Amino acid sequence: MTTITLSHPIKIQQQTIITQEPAWVRWMLIGLALTFLALFLFVPLISVFYEALKKGVDVYFAAITEPDALAAIQLTLTAAAIAVPLNLVFGVAAAWAIAKFEFHGKNILITLIDLPFSVSPVVAGLIYVLVFGLQGWLGPWLIEHDLKIIFAVPGIVLATIFVTVPFIARELIPLMQAQGTEEEEAAVVLGASGWQTLWRITLPNIKWGLLYGIILCNARAMGEFGAVSVVSGHIRGNTNTLPLHVEILYNEYSYAASFAVASLLALLALITLAIKTFVESKVTPQKGKLSHEH
Amino acid sequence: MSTFKQHSVLPGFNLALGFTLLYLSLIVLIPLSAAFIRTAELPWPQFWATVTSPRVLASYQLTFGASFAAALTNAAFGLLVAWVLVRYQFPGKRIVDALIDLPFALPTAVAGIALTALYAGNGWIGQFLEPLGIKVAFTPLGVYVALTFIGLPFVVRTVQPVLEDIETELEEAAAMLGANRLQTFLRIIFPTIFPALMTGFALAFARAIGEYGSVIFIAGNMPMISEITPLLIITKLEQYDYAGATAIAVVMLLISFVLLLIINLLQWWSRRRNALA
Repeated sequence: MTTITLSHPIKIQQQTIITQEPAWVRWMLIGLALTFLALFLFVPLISVFYEALKKGVDVYFAAITEPDALAAIQLTLTAAAIAVPLNLVFGVAAAWAIAKFEFHGKNILITLIDLPFSVSPVVAGLIYVLVFGLQGWLGPWLIEHDLKIIFAVPGIVLATIFVTVPFIARELIPLMQAQGTEEEEAAVVLGASGWQTLWRITLPNIKWGLLYGIILCNARAMGEFGAVSVVSGHIRGNTNTLPLHVEILYNEYSYAASFAVASLLALLALITLAIKTFVESKVTPQKGKLSHEH
Repeated sequence: MSTFKQHSVLPGFNLALGFTLLYLSLIVLIPLSAAFIRTAELPWPQFWATVTSPRVLASYQLTFGASFAAALTNAAFGLLVAWVLVRYQFPGKRIVDALIDLPFALPTAVAGIALTALYAGNGWIGQFLEPLGIKVAFTPLGVYVALTFIGLPFVVRTVQPVLEDIETELEEAAAMLGANRLQTFLRIIFPTIFPALMTGFALAFARAIGEYGSVIFIAGNMPMISEITPLLIITKLEQYDYAGATAIAVVMLLISFVLLLIINLLQWWSRRRNALA
């Protein structure tokens, strides 16, 4: 015990001498990095809350409780409540196929799953207009059956699903690959069914990765702007999500109200980061480090 | 079937892969193909005239130029931030580390209005720049600022894990052999993290090319000057020019696919470099 406590400080001291910069270089680099982060990250974040509360607490609460804002909150929650579970099922299915089996074309499939990340949100919205819009492939059929997808809630949900497809799958695939197949094989050999294996073995093993994927997926689903903007039609109180409501208020020069609604989304981002940090602390580095989204 | 997939005792392969392919086709692949099929219906000269009209060319120049400058800024400062977070101790480090991912979590529209308020002539930061003759909001410089914000986490998060994995023995050996810290950094550390740095740069660049929400508030959106390519797609859509919007979208998609290919190659290079190290 004593040898451990004795050897530890000595090792640190050695590192300090040979492989560390002089103190003034260290503090200069830290200062430079923090100045950059302050200008581009911290100050913008603080300014959201400052601008939101600048006109007083009454204006703030009036802005986030007026009917259009409440309708926007409701639509945002609805879109996320549909998109996240669907992408969750997709993520588990895709990760099961890719991580637990060996087959040809696996890398192509992984690239295809990542595809929505490299498509501009605006293009993501546009392609749904091309399929479901008035002039789109299914346009005439939809009119005939009195169905509306573009400039209506289903279009918003579809665009939200598109931009969030990869989130959960790409967290689970490396995690499940790192965990291997031994435990599942043992369960199946002992007589468990496929669903039992999934529920009792696989899902408990990947719970933190799953939670990590869900919170990132949810943050993007609630915050998506470009794709939703194209398919929404901006009908106030009807097809306006929270980010679109922020834009409308801003363009009407209702800055305090716009920032008040924006502050709700900023709060969501902070909660997301807090849960994310908590989940990362739960996952041991050896058991497949959680990858970062791109 | 037996050649397509190796045998396994685990069940559910057909169901899982079938569902994955069906979902991916319905949500991603078929709608994406719509853009290409619609454009194929357009006569070639008309397509070419649309995607090379002066206003569209000006938007490419701004989008690529600002994205490149922003990605370069993020490469330099992202490396610095990753270095500081991995190597040094300072108060508040854990909070700073957690907040790096803010641009991923913060909706782009919120980032857009916040940056606009800050960098406008009367804003917290803009008021100091204006007297120096630097106008940020409603100019191409504003586009650069917004794209730097949204690309910030990429380089930090690709370089950070590689820096953490570097064995200090090599640095110690270099120091023993008489290298100073700068030489050690340039000759030992930098070559190790270079593939990850390039990957982060490419990811930030690819993200910036397609970015819309954070840019449109701060850009001012003047045709030929501060109008980004994704905004042109929206403008054409609002004029019911679906063919024009789709033609530009196809150009953007092709650029995205090329960038995706380059990123995959860079990641493969990065993994190989780390496996050898």
